[in-house]
Amino acid sequence: MSDVRVAGVGLTPFGNAPERTSRDLFAEASITAFEDSGVPRDDVDALLYGNFMGELSEHQGHHGPLMAEAAGVRAPATRYESACASSGTAVRDAVMRIRNGEDDVILVGGAERMTNLGTAGATEALAIAADDLWEVRAGMTFPGAYALMAQAYFDEYGGEHEDLAHVAVKNHENALNNEKAQYQSAIEVSDVLEAPQVSSPLGLYDSCPISDGAAAVVLTSEEYAEEHGLEAPVSISGTGQGGDRMALHDREYLARSPAAREASDEAYADAGVDPADVDFAEVHDCFTIAEVLAIESLDLFPIGEGVSAARDGRTTADGETPINLSGGLKAKGHPVGATGASQIAEVTKLLSGKHPNSEFVEGATTGVAHNAGGTVASATVHVLEVSE
Amino acid sequence: MSDSETRDAGFDEWLDAAEEDRAYYLACPNDHGSLPPRRVCPDCGATELEDLELPDSGEIQTFTVTHVPTPAFEEDAPYATAIANFGPVRITGQVVGIDPADVETGLEVEIEVTVSETTGERVLGFSPV
Repeated sequence: MSDVRVAGVGLTPFGNAPERTSRDLFAEASITAFEDSGVPRDDVDALLYGNFMGELSEHQGHHGPLMAEAAGVRAPATRYESACASSGTAVRDAVMRIRNGEDDVILVGGAERMTNLGTAGATEALAIAADDLWEVRAGMTFPGAYALMAQAYFDEYGGEHEDLAHVAVKNHENALNNEKAQYQSAIEVSDVLEAPQVSSPLGLYDSCPISDGAAAVVLTSEEYAEEHGLEAPVSISGTGQGGDRMALHDREYLARSPAAREASDEAYADAGVDPADVDFAEVHDCFTIAEVLAIESLDLFPIGEGVSAARDGRTTADGETPINLSGGLKAKGHPVGATGASQIAEVTKLLSGKHPNSEFVEGATTGVAHNAGGTVASATVHVLEVSE
Repeated sequence: MSDSETRDAGFDEWLDAAEEDRAYYLACPNDHGSLPPRRVCPDCGATELEDLELPDSGEIQTFTVTHVPTPAFEEDAPYATAIANFGPVRITGQVVGIDPADVETGLEVEIEVTVSETTGERVLGFSPV
């Protein structure tokens, strides 16, 4: 079984670019990834591409060949759709294909165009990740779903909105020097607490923004990387995926994410690491409560303790386990289909010393990426390690 | 959100029944509860599913008041959405007949099919018992 190397990564700026098509966004990310990798386009065996709402935002289906063309790649191409975990699932399949020896080089990534829909339109589009009959038609939005989880968490384990506010403050702080981030501005706890409510207890600053953007990653087999003298010190050493019932009300727990626990258990075992070995993580903080559920699912903090981790400084840049040094979805932005691949890009840069926040994880060898779809009915977890 | 006249088999029949106070759930031989339309028990794979009467009331387990809705609920906001536990199944619904600010965990509710002020479509709702 081949080790899978991250040969190159590319991101567009995440943010407000309503006029840019997803093909243009992905083209830009792929150019950066190819330049970073030193891998010629002709060597690509496949494109695995994540996108969630292209039918709604661009009246476009069948993205695979369109994006291969945009990236200048002549290879079979397939779109992956798992809501906000779309490119996480694409990365996972890319890893397995390279390990199986089917492919040597895969371009994997994703893009999303969202801001052209406006806030109401994007809220409606995001809602299709929930059960249309039993959730959306009752008026449940995505912020509403995470608000239901936040309220259930407070009732079951304690914690308050001010705890969650510290998650937002931390992630904004981390994004200050991330030039690709949507928000490069500091906020304070009071900003979060005084912001207009979206779905109680969550307000505007508990929510990630609506974003346009793309991410691309060139993955190769270890043999290919060595044969071609690539500088690719970071490997994806563990992959895991979990699933759960579609509707939140059908889950065993309203304030936990078992699918993410299943994914992380599998990824840790696959990589041969323990949660205690994890130096830092990029997690799917689409809402502040989501970061809490994520770090508990990853077994980085005990159930019920995640809520106070940011407030206590345990997950800040200089804390014991920095979480979302990129700024996370909250501040970096969340172009849905790009997010999973963008986390791989951020972790790779952090591990190889090429990230503006690498100084906070100097000497780190193990980073984790956690990508979630819907109310975590889908989850992928990847372990990345420095292999040379 | 479908705006066509075509009904969703299984789901719309359930709303019809709920409007006549005959809400039901699907029970498999292993006592797992689920909601239609469904042919297979999602818990155990059993295919013999029986319609059983839903208990008259449920208890709110978690709730939220939504201020930023989808366009289909634009005129309805702010409104309370809750997950209520009816025993064999939990259900998500809009809480009506009470000030959204007064909704709380533990509140006992019954099914009440209501109508969206925005679209006129039927909405699965809960009202305090």
